Amino acid sequence: MSERNNILNEIDWKLVALYLLLISMGWINIYAAVYNEDHSSIIDLSQSYGRQMIWIVTSLFLGLVVLLTDARFFSTFAYLIYGIIILLLLAVLAFGTEISGSKSWFQIGDFAIQPSEFGKFATTLALAKFFSGQHINVKTFRTRFIPLVIIGLPALLILLQNDTGSALVYSGFILVLYRMGLSGNFLLAGVMFIIMALSTLMVGYIYVAIALVILASLLLLIIKRNRRNIVNLAALLMLGIGFVFSVNYAVDNFLGAHQKTRINVLLGKELDLRGAGYNVNQSKIAIGSGGFAGKGFLKGTQTKYNFVPEQSTDFIFCTVGEEWGFLGSMVVVVLFILLLIRVIIVAERQRSDFSRIYGYGVASVLFFHFAINIGMTIGLVPVIGIPLPFFSYGGSSLWSFTILLFIFIKQDVRRNALL
Amino acid sequence: MANKSLASRKQTVITIFVVVGFIYLLRLFYLQVIDDSYTLSANNNVLRYVTQYPARGLIYDRNGKLLVYNEAVYDLMVLPRQVKDIDTLEFCRILDITPEGFRQRLRKAKDYSRYKPSLFEKQLSKETYGYLEEKMYRFPGFFVQPRTLRKYPTPLGAHLLGYVGEVNQAMIDKNPYYKSGDYVGISGIEKTYEEELRGIKGIKIKMVDVHNREVGSFQDGLHDTIAEMGKDLYLSIDATLQEYGERLMQGKMGSIVAIEPSTGEILAFLSSPSYNPNLLVGRVRGKNFGLLLQDPVKPLLNRALMGQYPPGSTFKMVNDLVGLQEGVLTTSTHYSCQGPGSTPIRCTHNHQSPLDVYTAIQQSCNPFHWQVYRSILSNPRYKGTRENYEIWRDHVMDMGFGHKLGSDTDAELAGNIPSAESFDAIYGKGRWTSMTVRSLSIGQGEILTTPLQLANYGALLANRGYYIVPHVVKQIGEKAVDEKKFKKVISDISPSHYEIIVEGMRQVATLGTARWYQIKDITMCGKTGTAENPHGKDHSLFMAFAPADNPVIAIAVVVENAGFGSTWALPIASLMIEKYINGEVSRTQIEEDMINKRLY
Ligand SMILES: [Zn+2]
Repeated sequence: MSERNNILNEIDWKLVALYLLLISMGWINIYAAVYNEDHSSIIDLSQSYGRQMIWIVTSLFLGLVVLLTDARFFSTFAYLIYGIIILLLLAVLAFGTEISGSKSWFQIGDFAIQPSEFGKFATTLALAKFFSGQHINVKTFRTRFIPLVIIGLPALLILLQNDTGSALVYSGFILVLYRMGLSGNFLLAGVMFIIMALSTLMVGYIYVAIALVILASLLLLIIKRNRRNIVNLAALLMLGIGFVFSVNYAVDNFLGAHQKTRINVLLGKELDLRGAGYNVNQSKIAIGSGGFAGKGFLKGTQTKYNFVPEQSTDFIFCTVGEEWGFLGSMVVVVLFILLLIRVIIVAERQRSDFSRIYGYGVASVLFFHFAINIGMTIGLVPVIGIPLPFFSYGGSSLWSFTILLFIFIKQDVRRNALL
Repeated sequence: MANKSLASRKQTVITIFVVVGFIYLLRLFYLQVIDDSYTLSANNNVLRYVTQYPARGLIYDRNGKLLVYNEAVYDLMVLPRQVKDIDTLEFCRILDITPEGFRQRLRKAKDYSRYKPSLFEKQLSKETYGYLEEKMYRFPGFFVQPRTLRKYPTPLGAHLLGYVGEVNQAMIDKNPYYKSGDYVGISGIEKTYEEELRGIKGIKIKMVDVHNREVGSFQDGLHDTIAEMGKDLYLSIDATLQEYGERLMQGKMGSIVAIEPSTGEILAFLSSPSYNPNLLVGRVRGKNFGLLLQDPVKPLLNRALMGQYPPGSTFKMVNDLVGLQEGVLTTSTHYSCQGPGSTPIRCTHNHQSPLDVYTAIQQSCNPFHWQVYRSILSNPRYKGTRENYEIWRDHVMDMGFGHKLGSDTDAELAGNIPSAESFDAIYGKGRWTSMTVRSLSIGQGEILTTPLQLANYGALLANRGYYIVPHVVKQIGEKAVDEKKFKKVISDISPSHYEIIVEGMRQVATLGTARWYQIKDITMCGKTGTAENPHGKDHSLFMAFAPADNPVIAIAVVVENAGFGSTWALPIASLMIEKYINGEVSRTQIEEDMINKRLY
């Protein structure tokens, strides 16, 4: 009884409210995306919104279960949960069912479950567990190496399932590493590498290499010209040019024609409205045609008549954009940013390292999904098939995101008791 | 642990979130609010505008006989964006086109628009359409658009009716109603009554899904418009008379125009040689048009409106009328004639002399009419030849010569009554006299008239002094044609003078050139003419009306390169009049001679 009261008093209702708002809006948009007059009942199981209703109800139940579970359970069994998920990922490679090119599903009757979705919170748990240990010393090789293994192992297994998008999510954990002491230079370097890679693809490696040389020469005029600086600058220049050449080499030799087209379309070098560019183009048309105030609930034509592919899963944001316009899109974007900021604020108030690191893990995963998914629908990011958290149709992802978030909420509830 | 300093990193992380969110909002604002091309693309995706082509109005003759109707054909349209995975060879086989032709057509359509339908193959036959329809589902991106083509149950009145063709770019630029591929009246009354005949196109806006399946009408058809069929036209043409005229004129070049004098309604209107109007319909039109264009006898030329002939002796009464009105000629005026030995204008034959105006008309005496003309141009009431000439010219123009009559037929020519200025230009101002322009006295020289003007002149005489602008359409849809549209033009010459002229013409019929072709119980007042033709044999002309009292028909007949008016134009006109008034022709021998004679 006192435990219950405690939960109700201590729970971070702002997080819960943001969560509930997002899943409700998600459901409404799934309903609109696949709406047709023959099946207007909201719990028609032949329709995806009917099934999503079940996923939502079960997710709420799961959330409740997590809240009622002892908070120490998750920190205690973090490695065990991680281990089980790794085994599941191995098992799905061997026994899984292939759905749209990815062998990442367990088919159980009508429902399919994707273990890779659960990898996200398992990895977050394991990372938090590792960094909350007493033996952490950022300077040691061991402290630098093991997190990479924890992140890399599930990512590799998911990559083997041919689900590149989900594997890329794990690169989002760089934010956790950054918070744990990873030099800001890595973040900066990451951004620099992305810029170099994109400009190589866009204008060609020769020009980027020349630009780097010019940049280095300019820097040489500004910095103190001692031996050490000159050597460092030369090394950085070589590294940059080497990177640019490798990107060029990799694109030419390792990427399939299909991936190359995707990249070219994104960069605006190629206009292929039938092939790779089709999805993005149709997605932009759907969102762009929404205008300022949108076409109205159930009035969207582009999503409903299937011009937008995957309109209830990866491209669910198109329905938001088309039916609710810029106003609706803005509400969704703002809600996500508020959720992310709230997670960080709540994480920072944790007294246990585990909870705080776990919180950063949650924020990293959610942010990566948000940024890639919406960025893809508005043509700022390549088409990478990952769901929009709480919005996209799909039981595994909704369960996974719910558990991910509610473990964090539970940690927060117990933040005082844990000390 | 260095947590204190690392805690400040939350600011960096939050900043990253906010910056990304802000960039996305900017991008969304651009896509949704600033750039409106996406709305257009969305409409192109989902809306298909299907034009509903109305059937053109039907055309009937004055007795309700159907002259023009419509036949359904099918245009094959293509929406290039949706063409994929089709069996090209099979498709080409059905349409009877080559794979290269297929590619060319598709490329052309793509160049026009990937999102809008364009014409792939026009006017499929019923058989091809039937065959294609069953397999249509295998050819995504193609659909069929029903259209109608003109059809003529009896091949009549080709020049009068005109033909229908596809609009050209100039028409589209001029009138936004027309879109590429629309049909429009190009000549004849198809052109002059285009707006009434074409009806109003409708449009249905349908929504289609990504597979091009129709998923309903856009906003419950709020923006749809229903096609409105064109209005039917009821012509004043008598199909029986028209057909008879065309039969009489076969093998001859020329024209017949017949008018009901009391109303100005055109009863028959034909130009010969003619052609079967069905030749200029549909897919065969281009080829046939080329052939007709090259034909040396110019079957496409509408001689009734565009043939301009010197009126010859038919014009003599015009001068008599002016002379009577201006007081230089009376019924007691007599002039003498020396027959073929007369100067300055010879007479064609010997006859009684001196003679009065009645006999002069009956005998078609050239010297008499030269004297009349000379006295008009030297009338002491006005100052000199030039002013007298202008007075004369005004009278003549008043009788419907030298200008377009304003009928509802297509492309009238004005003919020519030369202006004083034109003579000034040739001879010098003040340096020409009646002697200089004497050939005008007998309807030769610079004077040119069209068969329509000649028939109208017949109506003017029949009405004793007025005509109603000739026209072919009596009724449009349910509504009779507005009478004010075709006004009554009253000549400035007194009706009593017309009575004198009519009396002279009555003598032509009983005593003069027309007496051999009198119709039993009907008095036909007419006048032959022979139009000098510098390029060959003279044109044979005849202008008449009948019966003399209460006339019901006025007619002009021109037979080119046929010599004297009395030989060809007169008998044909007399047969036409008999056919119209009696409903049948008793003089079968003459009829047979006329029909069988080939003059070219
Ligand atoms: Zn004479």
